[in-house]
Amino acid sequence: MTLAIDIRHRLGSFLLDARFETGSGLVALFGRSGSGKSSIVNVIAGLIRPDEGSVAINGVPLVDTARGLFVPPHRRRIGYVFQEGRLFPHLTVRQNLLYGHWFTPPAQRRDGLERALDLLGIEALLERRPGRLSGGEKQRVAIGRALLANPRLLLMDEPLAALDEARKAEILPYIERLQEESRVPIVYVSHSMAEVVRLAANVVLLSDGKVAAAGPIGEVMHRLDLFALTGQGEAAAVVEAVVERHDERFGLTELRSLGGVWRLPRLNADVGARLRLRVRARDVMLAKSAPADVSALNVLPGMVAEIRTGDGPIVDIRLDCNGDALLARLTRYSVERLSLALGTPVHALVKSVALDRRSLSRPAQNATGADAEADEA
Amino acid sequence: MEWMALSPEEWTAVRLSLRVAVVATLFSLPFGIAIAMALARGRFWGQSLLNGLVLMPLILPPVVTGYLLLIVFGRKGPVGSFLADHFGIVFSFRWTGAALACGVMAFPLLVRAIRLSIEAVDTRLEEAASTLGANRAWVFLTVTLPLIAPGIIAGMILCFAKAMGEFGATITFVSNIPGETQTLPSAIYTFTQVPGGDAGALRLTIVSVIISMLALLASELMARSANRRLEVE
Repeated sequence: MTLAIDIRHRLGSFLLDARFETGSGLVALFGRSGSGKSSIVNVIAGLIRPDEGSVAINGVPLVDTARGLFVPPHRRRIGYVFQEGRLFPHLTVRQNLLYGHWFTPPAQRRDGLERALDLLGIEALLERRPGRLSGGEKQRVAIGRALLANPRLLLMDEPLAALDEARKAEILPYIERLQEESRVPIVYVSHSMAEVVRLAANVVLLSDGKVAAAGPIGEVMHRLDLFALTGQGEAAAVVEAVVERHDERFGLTELRSLGGVWRLPRLNADVGARLRLRVRARDVMLAKSAPADVSALNVLPGMVAEIRTGDGPIVDIRLDCNGDALLARLTRYSVERLSLALGTPVHALVKSVALDRRSLSRPAQNATGADAEADEA
Repeated sequence: MEWMALSPEEWTAVRLSLRVAVVATLFSLPFGIAIAMALARGRFWGQSLLNGLVLMPLILPPVVTGYLLLIVFGRKGPVGSFLADHFGIVFSFRWTGAALACGVMAFPLLVRAIRLSIEAVDTRLEEAASTLGANRAWVFLTVTLPLIAPGIIAGMILCFAKAMGEFGATITFVSNIPGETQTLPSAIYTFTQVPGGDAGALRLTIVSVIISMLALLASELMARSANRRLEVE
């Protein structure tokens, strides 16, 4: 799927001026609140008619103001999972789920109720009314309802924002399964970098109604000049790794990435599984020589690839560890003391306990999807 | 309890009143919903004019409304003569005229109740329905209408009760003809004007009270079941 957007729209004093194209897999629209994420999603769904511009899926235009074209929302076949669920209060869960299904021409119906129930684990809720559901249950029903309308694209507007941490943890695996098992491309709006790294293959970074950057998540995340937008404390590198073995004696799991071997507290993952590690910049230490007696279990050799000094005492550094990008956030004092410069060989140190479960995710479709396509060919 | 037995003339008045009120309510309902939608959701020129026009019977003396109806819908009135010539529908001095008068007088109450419930509907639910493939008509039928059902029921009960009690506009427009346009209030009024009519007036008054109580009870029950269905957390 390709989604091509090129729109200008004025909302009061806010000007949305966004232009980007995305490929397959889950695309995250990331930005602070008020950066225009939801407006863009509403334009894609047809709930906002842009002042000017066009939106097209796979080259088929949904809006093109130059030609006076506007496909109304009910003919777009675009599923929408809203932040607040928006379940119909007068219908049961079953009736909510089947609402969009009923409007889908029989020839286009792919997913039946059974599959949605199985995917989302909501069988027991069928006869209840939405007023009696918990926040997490509501969101799962909302996802099922959108899927059963057999959309060609699924929009998710901060589906987890209204939930507490426990509920988020409950829903995230379902969204991951959704990506793996259904072929529906997803546009996912979020202001949480953790969610984006966990789910997205590609990211569109928005700031003040404009696209600051767009591309594969690794590329965007590793750009030091975008740290102000990707979130100061949250700045983190994304490393793709494969589970190599489990160390039962110490309860550790070893993973291998391009840059070397990673040791983490024991994971519940099969050997050979691909995972995505999120290594926060503030958890990375640098040493000029390989340290002999150090507790940190992850020591990766690399070299300084980029240095970005701001006004304050903080310096951000991007390392190249044999093809893996790592980010380190240091003080200017340390940088001067170690006389770090471009090309300086260093060792990156990361404590195993800093890489907890929450910094892990299954890789998004770019890895598995590419493999599957290669197999088919 | 002998004295409670209604005479045939009194029964006629009760039956006529019920028929007039039911017809007035049912015929105003579609117009009431349409105008309530237009007032609640529409943005068009003349909106406040329409609003004023709908509310007018609430403010005008009923006799004035009745007289205006007579001028417009009477045999020689512009609308009345048109309807009589082309469709054979005659209002003046017929029970249909009583129904029209009652409907017009009760219309503001009907529209107001429905309009308030439409304004309370979360339009984001309607947006959600449209992303699921429902066009505007289906959105209205499957989302908006069920959500405003309690308001519609309340409006209909108000409309019915008002129609049952309407007096001034009806008697001005279609007079007080037993068996044709003599509704309950007109019949009670007639009884109070003749010597020895007290018993009849009292009997019909009791009937009025009972019908009103039943209508209230029905609306209460329906509102409760509607609310149970919409139960919010």
